[in-house]
Amino acid sequence: MLDVLRLPFIVHALLTGSFAAVVAAVSGYFLVSRGLTFAGHALPNIGFAGAAGAVLLGIEPVYGLFAFTLGAGVVVGFIGKDVRERDVSIGVVMTFALGLGLLFLALYSGYAARVYGILFGNILGISAKAVMVTAAASGIILAMIAFLYRPLLFSTFDPPAAEARGVPVKLLSVLFMALIAATVSLSIQVMGALLVFTLLVGPAATATRLVKSPVAAILVSVGLGLAYVWFGIFLAAASGRLPVSFFIATLSFLVYLPVRLISPVAREAA
Amino acid sequence: MFDLLSSDVFQKAFLGGTAAAAMAGLVGYFLVLRVQAFAAEAFMDICFAGATGASLLGQSPLIGMIAFSLLSALSLGALGERARGRNVEIGMVLSFALGLGVLFLSIYTRSSASHSNAGVSILFGSILSVQPADLYRMLACGSAALLALAVVYRPLLFASIDPTSARARGVPVRSLSVVFLLVLALAAAACTFVVGVLLAFALLIAPAAAAMNLTDRPLRALLLSLAFGLLITWAGLLVSFIGPWRHPPIGFSISALAGLVYAVATIVGRRGRPRRVQSVDLDREVRGNGGKP
Repeated sequence: MLDVLRLPFIVHALLTGSFAAVVAAVSGYFLVSRGLTFAGHALPNIGFAGAAGAVLLGIEPVYGLFAFTLGAGVVVGFIGKDVRERDVSIGVVMTFALGLGLLFLALYSGYAARVYGILFGNILGISAKAVMVTAAASGIILAMIAFLYRPLLFSTFDPPAAEARGVPVKLLSVLFMALIAATVSLSIQVMGALLVFTLLVGPAATATRLVKSPVAAILVSVGLGLAYVWFGIFLAAASGRLPVSFFIATLSFLVYLPVRLISPVAREAA
Repeated sequence: MFDLLSSDVFQKAFLGGTAAAAMAGLVGYFLVLRVQAFAAEAFMDICFAGATGASLLGQSPLIGMIAFSLLSALSLGALGERARGRNVEIGMVLSFALGLGVLFLSIYTRSSASHSNAGVSILFGSILSVQPADLYRMLACGSAALLALAVVYRPLLFASIDPTSARARGVPVRSLSVVFLLVLALAAAACTFVVGVLLAFALLIAPAAAAMNLTDRPLRALLLSLAFGLLITWAGLLVSFIGPWRHPPIGFSISALAGLVYAVATIVGRRGRPRRVQSVDLDREVRGNGGKP
């Protein structure tokens, strides 16, 4: 059974999956606490259009992906707090971007498998170089979050008080969405654009239901994220060729459900 | 050019698209009013699981979509008010549904080489290859949804705008919300069938949101939303059938037009009038007493 661990593509999958899980769990905690679940769902889908456009132009999809998620993230960061208006605007932009992605896909007559890889993820096809790039990007994102940790936390839970004390709330919100865009771009190779959301929201949503203090919640969230990804890759490898993202999504739902029902932390959901 | 419009493919697409757009325009209004945009998105993803599951069983994807979304509407209804507007919970259901859909799709596309494009047609719509049986199902869904909305229109409007006073006045808020979810399920399945899982949101939300940016009066907004929905769909079909760029995909032309209509309406609405909903106007429409206390 442990022979599986000697296969290079499994090792690459485990390494990349772990980096993505840690980064997504940490930034996902802030995403959930800020009530930006829908934005977490929309950004990867907007990124899909960028990736499809990059494939059409013959450049690496990840550049297009990052450019589009970054642009969309910054716009979301600027949009105000009114939930009704925000969700509708994000949704309309998201579907417009997906429509664009469809157009690019239709114009692109070449090999569509790369585009499918973006939608559904391609964790078993990650090169050694991609592992290095993911490791470096994860390090940078985590360092940024550590650097911004205090003001970010303050502006997440009490924006008016943070603003009154001179914390640059708007700037932080834009910076944070840029970090989310980077997280999404790096997690997409593991989960695919459709399910990156699971890695962002699943562990964090469960963690905020289990413990109250931010540090503990982030740690629990990271632990859960790593467990989902490892078990998901293991189950996918054991089952033959069933998709990893399915197992990760199912695990995260199966853990969340009982926690939600008997949650020890009564918290007003965002 | 007009040969194309009288072709069988166009006529079927036109009928199916009209049914979906009519449902979407009307349901979308209540959806935006009740701040349930994200829940609608979850319904699309549940339709994705339903469509791929039905394909796996050799059934029409539309049957799977209708079955799955009606089922989830009932279970959401059973959860009642606890399920209202809870973003994280909706997100978890949505991600699980997407995961299931990805599983079904991967088994289905691998089962035969001829299935390799099933993903694209489910994710981005398949109105051009609509079968007569599916067309009848869509028309039946549309009629049922419109009939149900017509019956509950007044109390549903009241309950959506002001649930607390509606309950105090004896309006069955809980049952109304279940009825609305069932209608939403039908509309979501129809829209998903026309423009696909990823783009149905455009058809469902954009016309209503655009209409509500232009007027505060419920009836006017509802009719405007219906008109926008039909207009977007018809224009989208026309552009894709006779338009430039070697016939852009229907999903693209519809979602681009929807985005355009929403953007224009938002800009016009912001400039034209104050943002807050006028409660006197709502009173007049809901209670039909001319706005007198």
